[in-house]
Amino acid sequence: MRLEPIDKPSLARSLLPPVTALGATVAIASFLAMLAGANPFSVFGLILNGAFGSKFAILETLNRATPLIFTGLAVAVAFRAKFWNIGAEAQLYAGALLTVLLGTGLLPWPSIAILPTLALFSILAGAILLLVPALLKTRFGVDEVVTTLLFNFIFLLFVSMLLEGPLKDPMGMGWPKSARLLPEARLPRLVDGLRLHWGFGLAILSAISVWVVQSRMTLGYEMRAVGLNRQAAAFAGIPVNLVLVKTALLSGGLAALAGFSEVAGLKGSLTLDLSPGFGYTGIIVAMLALLHPLGVIFAALFVAGIFVGADSMSRAADVPTYLADIMLATALLLMVLAIMLTRFRIVRN
Amino acid sequence: MSKSSVEALCLNAITKCFGELTANDAVSFSINKGEVLALLGENGAGKTTLMNVLFGQYTADSGTVSVFGQILPPGNSRAALDAGVGMVHQHFTLADNLTVQENITLGTRPLSSLKLNYFKTRSKILRLAKEFHLSVSPDARVGSLSVGERQRVEILKALYRDVKVLILDEPTAVLTPQETNDLFATLRLATTLGLSIIFISHKLHEVMAIADRVCVLRHGKKTGEVLIKNTDRDSLAKMMMGAESKSPQVLPSKSGPALLELKDVVTPNIGSAPGLKSVDLALKSGQIIGLAGVSGNGQASIADVVGGLSKPITGEVWVNGVAVENWSPRDAVNSGIARIPEDRHSMGSIADFDITENSILERYNTALFSRRGWLDWQSSRAFANRVIEKYDVRCPGVDTPIRLLSGGNMQKLILGRALECNPTIILANQPVRGLDVGAVNYVHSQLLSARDRGAAILLISEDLDEVMSLSDVIYVISNGRLSPKFNRGKMTPAQLGVWMGGQGFDEEITHAP
Repeated sequence: MRLEPIDKPSLARSLLPPVTALGATVAIASFLAMLAGANPFSVFGLILNGAFGSKFAILETLNRATPLIFTGLAVAVAFRAKFWNIGAEAQLYAGALLTVLLGTGLLPWPSIAILPTLALFSILAGAILLLVPALLKTRFGVDEVVTTLLFNFIFLLFVSMLLEGPLKDPMGMGWPKSARLLPEARLPRLVDGLRLHWGFGLAILSAISVWVVQSRMTLGYEMRAVGLNRQAAAFAGIPVNLVLVKTALLSGGLAALAGFSEVAGLKGSLTLDLSPGFGYTGIIVAMLALLHPLGVIFAALFVAGIFVGADSMSRAADVPTYLADIMLATALLLMVLAIMLTRFRIVRN
Repeated sequence: MSKSSVEALCLNAITKCFGELTANDAVSFSINKGEVLALLGENGAGKTTLMNVLFGQYTADSGTVSVFGQILPPGNSRAALDAGVGMVHQHFTLADNLTVQENITLGTRPLSSLKLNYFKTRSKILRLAKEFHLSVSPDARVGSLSVGERQRVEILKALYRDVKVLILDEPTAVLTPQETNDLFATLRLATTLGLSIIFISHKLHEVMAIADRVCVLRHGKKTGEVLIKNTDRDSLAKMMMGAESKSPQVLPSKSGPALLELKDVVTPNIGSAPGLKSVDLALKSGQIIGLAGVSGNGQASIADVVGGLSKPITGEVWVNGVAVENWSPRDAVNSGIARIPEDRHSMGSIADFDITENSILERYNTALFSRRGWLDWQSSRAFANRVIEKYDVRCPGVDTPIRLLSGGNMQKLILGRALECNPTIILANQPVRGLDVGAVNYVHSQLLSARDRGAAILLISEDLDEVMSLSDVIYVISNGRLSPKFNRGKMTPAQLGVWMGGQGFDEEITHAP
């Protein structure tokens, strides 16, 4: 068997595989729900209801989607240029770290001055953290998959060390937790009285900006060219290594904003459970969005919805929340396969 | 000549369509034992598709393949090999890091077999090598062999498998004229020993020299089948090309000042390909400078230096009378060098970019198409439209991904985007490889009119005929060294072939003080 590319896929060809993939995901999850002794229909009803069924549920989903939009964008930008940044988790913590370093009293400024400063330094921290693997790759050909992945562990342990030592909140009753941000350094609510902060607005704005960069600016053109055919890009005169470094800076900065927004918008301080793997889930988000920056928003809402919905479903139906992880993993694998089937047909020899 | 008329291989009414394109339209031919059949046709005539059907890579829409009367099951890639049909591909399928003997025996023994039968294998190889005059050492590492020697290994590999029908796909493309003669001697010997040979080519004089019978393909159809003794070159050419397109006339031109010079340029070796060894080359205005040579003798290094992809270790590149300092592809483009890359798919274009995006690939960052980092899609699209109109690129529109274009149209776009900016220097590396005859003539006439406008053109080609018909001056490159300059018409193909084989250089060295 081999694959033959399809030049112009028909409408059915481009819709059927993704829909089938979604259906198969639901079928597999239903089967598992039945194994757990629950009625699949009520399980899905509960997930849907838990994610989008009330104002509170929707706000919770949007809040959960916010860091995923940032990390999803970070991954989408990097993967578009075929720079495999697996280290969004570390870059997220780098942003969060800078936010608490500068926001807990070092800069006694009003909100209007301190928030942009914190955001900017977070971006710089994430960018610089990813600059190292980028330079190792462009200078010495070191595989960025390995370096960015390992940086996650190194950086998390580094943050852990800081939280156990110099950054430990003296008022924290011995927990590894940083001091709280100044009130001026907290992101305000998007709408008064609703638990949704400006981080979500910033995420949407970032997605639109990335989309504009990719479709309208020379930098985006360069990044796409390098991703699609590095050799042709080099031949045409595009400075491939420089583009890869710029891509890394942008990607690292976006991932760091997730950390900034979580600390300044939601948590108010830094702990080691700030991110339940948002950096890794960002990869799923980006893949489901086919690396399209605006698609990342919807993919992040979908993924966040499943997580939030599964949480509330689990409480009501007594089915483990692992169902959410399984659903996402199945959806991702089947979706990747489905997308391939929209572009290729399988031919028997 | 008394030839037994046992039918060795027969293709009966093979039809194969890809979408709307009919690659083979009811093509039939057969070959007898001890015969050389030439399969003649331009690029894109359907020769390769036909061979892929024969070897089961494709399943024909209709028609059958039979070997010695047995019909092969369609779509089974082992059937033809097991029935004794072997093929030497244009691009060799040898493992560089294994020895000749290891390459020859690779895949002939089942995985579970423990015995290596080293001596038995070896004596069989040596016997075959002697029988067919294919001198090559069984212990040599393939990576260290010349192209001609590798081809001998490929032929030995087929003979070792006891083939009865041997198919050679464009076997002379990589050989010097002298090596070609040796190959022909081997092939003649093979037929007297009972082998049948299918010789795939688009070179008429070679077909006339080696074949008993010729089968001509054009646009997927068989346009004729004749005995060589009953035909001549002109009628074959007519069958092959129809009356579509004439190759452009080349009139002599006046050369002007040198626009680009390489001075004593040395580059490192790239893998098994030699680097340049102290190359001096001047590209003069109004001149086509042809660079002939067997593939892999340093042509890529010259193209990379001129095109800005690599910098010499020592030596200088001068453009318009000034030594360049930082030399990159972008500098090359900005210095007025138009570049037609060797491989239009992997270097010249980005398959998933549309025509607009591909047409601004070299200049997207200039004031023509962007301002302060913002792309101007309107003028980009206008430029793409101008190129496809002026250079006759046939496509549904500028938003079409370039991968959907045929090779000829893709090449016209690459040519157009380069020529549209009035270059003074043109680097054309294998500009017509794989194109049909109409596109070939189009590209050649564009190069000639650029020359007449005063451009300096470096034409790199492995096709000696192309170099000789277009160039005002010819250099031969061999093992990274450049021959003296030969003016148009001063050398015969055989004389150039001596240089291509690397012989003239040695004399020069011994004459040197």
